[in-house]
Amino acid sequence: MLWLNCPFCGERPETELECGGEWLPPRPTVPRAVDDRAWARWLFMRENRKGFHVERWCCRYGCGGWFLVVRNTLTHEVSRTAPLSTPVDELQGLAR
Amino acid sequence: MEDFSAFSVLRRAARGNVDWKALWRNPAPRKQYDIVIVGAGGHGLATAFYLVHEHGCRSIAVLERRWIGSGNTARNTTNVRSDYYHPASARFYDFALRQYEQLSRALNFNIMLSQRGWIRLAHSIHDLAMQRRRANAMLLNGIECRLLDRAELAVRVPALDLSPCARFPVLGALLQERGGTIRHDAVAWAYARAACDLGVDIIQNCEVQTLSRADGQLELATSCGPVRANKVGLAMAGETSTLATTIGVELPVVSYTLQAMVSEPIAPVLDCVVSSGATGVYINQSDKGELVMGGMLDLYPSYAQRANLPTLERVVSGVLELFPAFARLRMLRHWGGTVDVVHDSSPIIDRTPIPNLYVNCGFGTGGFKAIPAGGFTFAHLIARNQPHPLAEEFTLRRFRTGALIDETAASGISH
Repeated sequence: MLWLNCPFCGERPETELECGGEWLPPRPTVPRAVDDRAWARWLFMRENRKGFHVERWCCRYGCGGWFLVVRNTLTHEVSRTAPLSTPVDELQGLAR
Repeated sequence: MEDFSAFSVLRRAARGNVDWKALWRNPAPRKQYDIVIVGAGGHGLATAFYLVHEHGCRSIAVLERRWIGSGNTARNTTNVRSDYYHPASARFYDFALRQYEQLSRALNFNIMLSQRGWIRLAHSIHDLAMQRRRANAMLLNGIECRLLDRAELAVRVPALDLSPCARFPVLGALLQERGGTIRHDAVAWAYARAACDLGVDIIQNCEVQTLSRADGQLELATSCGPVRANKVGLAMAGETSTLATTIGVELPVVSYTLQAMVSEPIAPVLDCVVSSGATGVYINQSDKGELVMGGMLDLYPSYAQRANLPTLERVVSGVLELFPAFARLRMLRHWGGTVDVVHDSSPIIDRTPIPNLYVNCGFGTGGFKAIPAGGFTFAHLIARNQPHPLAEEFTLRRFRTGALIDETAASGISH
């Protein structure tokens, strides 16, 4: 059972949580200003790293809030959880 | 290769079974090949076989980081079917099923195909409507199927809970009679033996760590030393991204864990494959008598290849809603594999932006049933640098143009 530390609710099991996938840069704000290739990259292309990476989770059956997690996709070790507003550069240092 | 037959079995038995030949060689890798396939699962081995058998290619190696078929080919729930919605999918998966129907004979190796019927349950009037839609699509695509009512289900699947107070009442089902099960390891072994007999080097315990371009060729840095190739085909399923990234190829793949489990063996109680969208589970009974069960993905990225209790609980509770009598059974074995999922649940069999680097991935949870088609079309692509008509829509480009072949929506599964 994966346990993650929701910033509001504390340690919760994976059965109460929903994963939002690996962290992505913000959605392009002006779709027409972005070409097909860049748009497809944002929508579909993923790093899909084996090892520590930054991902987003939702405390779906608790407070409903989103938060960031630095987790190893091979071992499932969690090195840090952080509020959604945390600058991702700070977390990506941990994810290398 | 020597023929397997009743005669050869009897002859060897009379001599004490001491002179059977090994099914494949274990050579050391050479420094140079014309074509290298990365991944000795069903797709990689089938690709190597068809490269020689269909296209006369020579100097081929399959590099495998562990042992033949140790990935998802070993870990799936053995099911095969071709009940897809879109014409491109129907053509592709039914080609695979038709190849499977002759494979034991073609490769002289018993893959134990059992076309015992694949049944998809309907639990609501909406399920019934979607099944009619799917049945019509299959028939239009030239693939036989039949809708079953409750009376027929009671005869075909006597252990199924058809009572009106069932949590997920069963209203009917869709049956593909030609669907069923195959001894999964046998597919890897059959293709490995045949490919090896045609001169392919299968190198096990050889992990490819990075890919790069060198002097107009592709260089693979492996745990057995560097290997160069004119062409490289990746058939690595859930591991594809890790290697593609080393040469700068981006893919729309996310790797997830898919789990499966088997019960203790019991006398025959289920002689078809049953799946249920409402509970998200599917179940069949192996020839050993074990109930083989699976459910949906663990929906967070993972390469862990191991099982866990939340999914065990979800799958077992789904199975017990359908088959309450199975509650008395004990669980025997429970495992996980890494599947490569893409947004539209359709594969990618395509060139990459790197010349002479090809990729076969994105089958997600559905790769086993597709092995003959994946291998056949991937071999064509690599040999001729042109997609085979059966796979020409399964491109990387579709993610840019929007021409997705949306089997996720069509099938109602995340694949």
